[in-house]
Amino acid sequence: MPLDRAQQLEMFRRMLRIRLFEEALIAHNPVGHLSIGQEGAIAGACMALRDDDYVTGTHRSHGHPIGKGAEIGPLMAEIFGKRTGICKGLGGSMHLTDTKLGLICESAIVGGGFPLATGAGLSAQVRGSDQVSLCFFGDGAVNQGTFSESVNMGAVWKLPVIYFCENNGYAVTTPVEKSHGQPEIARRADGYGIPGVVVDGQDAEAVHAVTLEAVERARAGEGPTLIEAKTYRFDEHSNRLAIPIEYRSKEEIEHHRNERDPITLYRAVLQTRDLLSEIEAIEAEVRTTIDEAVEFAKASPEPEMSDLWDSMYVNPISAPAGEGEL
Amino acid sequence: MTMRNATQKLSYLQAIVEAQREEMRRDERVILMGEDIAVYGAQSLFDEFDNKRLRNTPISENSFVGVGVGAALTGLRPIVDLTIASFCYLASDQIINQAAKLRFMTGAQLAVPLVVRTSTFYNNRTAAQHADRPYPLFMNTPGLKVLAPSTASDAKGLLKAAIRDDDPVVIFEDINLWGKKEEVPTDEDFLVPIGKAAVRREGGDVTIVSIAGCLPHALSAADALAKDGVEAEVIDLRTIVPLDKETILTSVAKTGRLIVADNSHKVGSVASEIAAVVSEEGFESLKRPIQRVAAPQVHVPYNAALEKRLFVSKDRIIDAVRAIT
Repeated sequence: MPLDRAQQLEMFRRMLRIRLFEEALIAHNPVGHLSIGQEGAIAGACMALRDDDYVTGTHRSHGHPIGKGAEIGPLMAEIFGKRTGICKGLGGSMHLTDTKLGLICESAIVGGGFPLATGAGLSAQVRGSDQVSLCFFGDGAVNQGTFSESVNMGAVWKLPVIYFCENNGYAVTTPVEKSHGQPEIARRADGYGIPGVVVDGQDAEAVHAVTLEAVERARAGEGPTLIEAKTYRFDEHSNRLAIPIEYRSKEEIEHHRNERDPITLYRAVLQTRDLLSEIEAIEAEVRTTIDEAVEFAKASPEPEMSDLWDSMYVNPISAPAGEGEL
Repeated sequence: MTMRNATQKLSYLQAIVEAQREEMRRDERVILMGEDIAVYGAQSLFDEFDNKRLRNTPISENSFVGVGVGAALTGLRPIVDLTIASFCYLASDQIINQAAKLRFMTGAQLAVPLVVRTSTFYNNRTAAQHADRPYPLFMNTPGLKVLAPSTASDAKGLLKAAIRDDDPVVIFEDINLWGKKEEVPTDEDFLVPIGKAAVRREGGDVTIVSIAGCLPHALSAADALAKDGVEAEVIDLRTIVPLDKETILTSVAKTGRLIVADNSHKVGSVASEIAAVVSEEGFESLKRPIQRVAAPQVHVPYNAALEKRLFVSKDRIIDAVRAIT
């Protein structure tokens, strides 16, 4: 079913939240891996999921919980390393995991999420639930063994999993065509006997439509789908990483920033649907949300040494005498 | 219902199958995954349970362990049979970077009630790529619990405790013990507590801490030493993490002498850690230097006679005791 007006505005809100969240990080607490430019792919995919569906993500993690609708304050506080952070300041920028919304892992080991998302799909199948599991990964992760191993298991067991590639064109600096024998990533699906779909990742509604189809297929017990959303990262792989070589041209970057910005594009679409006043209200609201999150993060306390020990085990192995205080 | 205190004679391997059967009956969240389990080890389980809960996996060790982690994060209690302990290296990313860390990295939002079973496949002419005993690697990984049962009863009781535990547990099953039979409790709630070593033989002259398949050698060495008037206390470690320091230190306080028998490679072994703990926390009790009886830093050869010489034996333990008594 296509998105109704309220859902269209919610998708725009989530895209804008990702953008302004990361712009606030650039201003207040510079961290590594930004999703700016990829918001349409992320929010489009997440809007096809229910709150109780599972998501795994990557080191480029900020967009995934925001796309799934998470509360912003604990995410911001996490990046500031604070105790009020969603992971108590123990996970940080590459690991923004809000389990209340079905996120189970943001893996900074590239490809680490494939088995976990597949396992969440297995779990739903065994429990007879109609939940699905969506695995976000980058183009570079496709070259990890876990991609092949996990997609194969998902296919063999017809698990309710959506393997969703945010193909931003580059694994750090290495372009897709220089590191993939088959650079059309969706075609890899043929090797596992599942559907592979390509979509314009800068068109949030198109992403939503193909993801929804994959979700419906998964819920119906027909197994996984591989989706390749062609998107673009506007910033460097990591803003902390000085990249001395020019691995992509300034013209290419400017083209995407100016012509292919998913938020600008979707804003224009919504404007043609007479939603300008609603858009402006959302823009003001999101700015306030982000400002408040920054204030919350700044004012929050640091975690304690005891939080490390307390987060290790469910049935604790007590801290050796003295070490809890180190 | 079975009678309390009732037992049945089972081998170590049969005890493992029974532990899985009982826990799968008790809790429908328990599932079992592994390579060829329909043929090896779990045939009778396939007859009894919905096959959704039993997964013969493709040969994809890293991913099927990770699938177990993902299932553990989302409401199941998977047992993943990693068959042969040397395959742990293939799966080590999912065990170490995911299973052991996800609870911590999410600020304790998640739990990983996963059991990884694997067999140390040594003294079996399988050569160096099948014969490792890699438990020290996992002892060095915070976030896991690591078990190494030495008797059929412990194999059952520890596995059941691991399945009921909410944290990730890696169990090393020793194939040299597979055929050992004994009376094993049939009570469905028979559990062996994680983190407790067992004193298998009391003695006041020397403490022998034994890990996994070293136990029969330690006990026969103790019997031989007794004939010469040396009374050895034999401690079966059972759990590697968390380490039962108290039982070890209490024994060393009594005997003043410590031998640690460990079939992993000597450098950075569990024996090394136990020696370090006793040096730090029980130094005043020691009358003589600690002795580690372990495998040397060479790989396991195919040749059976040479292979046997690498591992702990009754004679090597006796020699070590003689050196400090």
